[in-house]
Amino acid sequence: MAILEVKHIGKHFENTKVLEDVSFELEEGSALAIIGSSGSGKTTLLRCLNFLETPDSGTIAVKGNTLFDADRTKAENEKDIRTKRLHFGMVFQSFNLFPQYTALENVTLAERLLAKERPDFKQNKKAVLEKINAHGRELLAQMGLSEREGHYPHQLSGGQQQRVAIARALALKPDILCFDEPTSALDPELTGEVLKVIRSLAERKTTMIIVTHEMAFARDVADQVIFMDGGLIVEQGAPDNVINHPREERTRQFLARYTQG
Amino acid sequence: MLLNVTRTLMSGLATTFQIFIFTLVFSLPLGLLLAFGTISRCRPLRCLIQVVVWIIRGTPLMLQLIIIFYGPGLWLGHNIWSGGEAGRITATVVAFTINYACYFSVIFRGGIEGVPAGQREAGQVLGMTKSQIFFKVTLLQMIKRIVPPMSNEIITLVKDTALARTIAAQELTFAGYSFMKSAGLTWPLFYTGIFYLVFVGILTLLFNFIEKKLDYFR
Repeated sequence: MAILEVKHIGKHFENTKVLEDVSFELEEGSALAIIGSSGSGKTTLLRCLNFLETPDSGTIAVKGNTLFDADRTKAENEKDIRTKRLHFGMVFQSFNLFPQYTALENVTLAERLLAKERPDFKQNKKAVLEKINAHGRELLAQMGLSEREGHYPHQLSGGQQQRVAIARALALKPDILCFDEPTSALDPELTGEVLKVIRSLAERKTTMIIVTHEMAFARDVADQVIFMDGGLIVEQGAPDNVINHPREERTRQFLARYTQG
Repeated sequence: MLLNVTRTLMSGLATTFQIFIFTLVFSLPLGLLLAFGTISRCRPLRCLIQVVVWIIRGTPLMLQLIIIFYGPGLWLGHNIWSGGEAGRITATVVAFTINYACYFSVIFRGGIEGVPAGQREAGQVLGMTKSQIFFKVTLLQMIKRIVPPMSNEIITLVKDTALARTIAAQELTFAGYSFMKSAGLTWPLFYTGIFYLVFVGILTLLFNFIEKKLDYFR
């Protein structure tokens, strides 16, 4: 069974329809790349999954549990919204690291706050915090940033900041990790180091949804590609089919711009 | 004579300091509440606060002080402020708190809105509660942004305390002026000025220190 089932998601802002009847499934351990021009609804779709936007219609289910159903009441959908959000991790285009915390503190903050809510926190405070810090260090090491744990975001390059953001998103062990154009704010030299990290996550069978403009990367890393246009899914399937042998004219037009450079 | 003047000015300074500290203690949280009100989703609340801020910022503090001190006695037929110096100081603190809370609310709102929405969103997707996001993410970034405008307001407050003289509270300027009235001396007025300069000088150092402390992040 699919780990994520998205059905008939629709969303509009005032008079513009941003998403129209978007449905897809994602298997555990697989990577999905969403491509499409700006304004095609890719980012809004990710924001809906992370409960940063509320869809007008449709359902979102993780591991068979319906987290969101537009037919339910607002109160029902917002009940335990914090827990629901934890099914998803989110890496933003603009990193959004907390500037007043070091790399390690950024990674561990959410985990520390959650630990504080546990009834046994006070008794084992030291051990719990030590464990959280060890976990944070491990994640930073995985990102190749062991030397940078005490640095503040403004002391890091864009690529390093984005890798800290990835570690932060992984800290709460989300079922599905979402990337919103993770390299769009980076210059080409720094793009590579971030893509390398995402690639290694794919190799470890992390379930991921990646909104990206890096076509070659999408083709190499993703198990499944969705091409969106005007809030609709135009084409979806294996990367080789969608990117190398698109069936739809609209997809061909879009990809032509990339191959022409 | 110098000793005598110093002693009188010190007692004036004590009153000035009380007005200053109590006004800050009450107006800072009240200003934050008003700031939350002006960015709340409740339209009537937003409008109400905007009207209040308009009235308070649009009329002289001296006028507000006179109305707050004398008004209740004339409307209710009895003075709600206890007689003597304590009552005058209390009335001053009330008037100043309302006035400064309105100014602070505008600065706070700017500070809150100046923190990028992405910071709140990053907190949300990490499962933080609204209050965790405010205290652990937004607050310090907001404080960093508002230190320069706040230092302006707070230094203005030091000198605005002299307005308490309008309702005969014996603050620092009142104390310095008394020697001119009674003995025709003008040098205590300059001496009074030095008191203010030292007070503001210490505050300036404090603000510089805070700015430096918050310099570690951007």
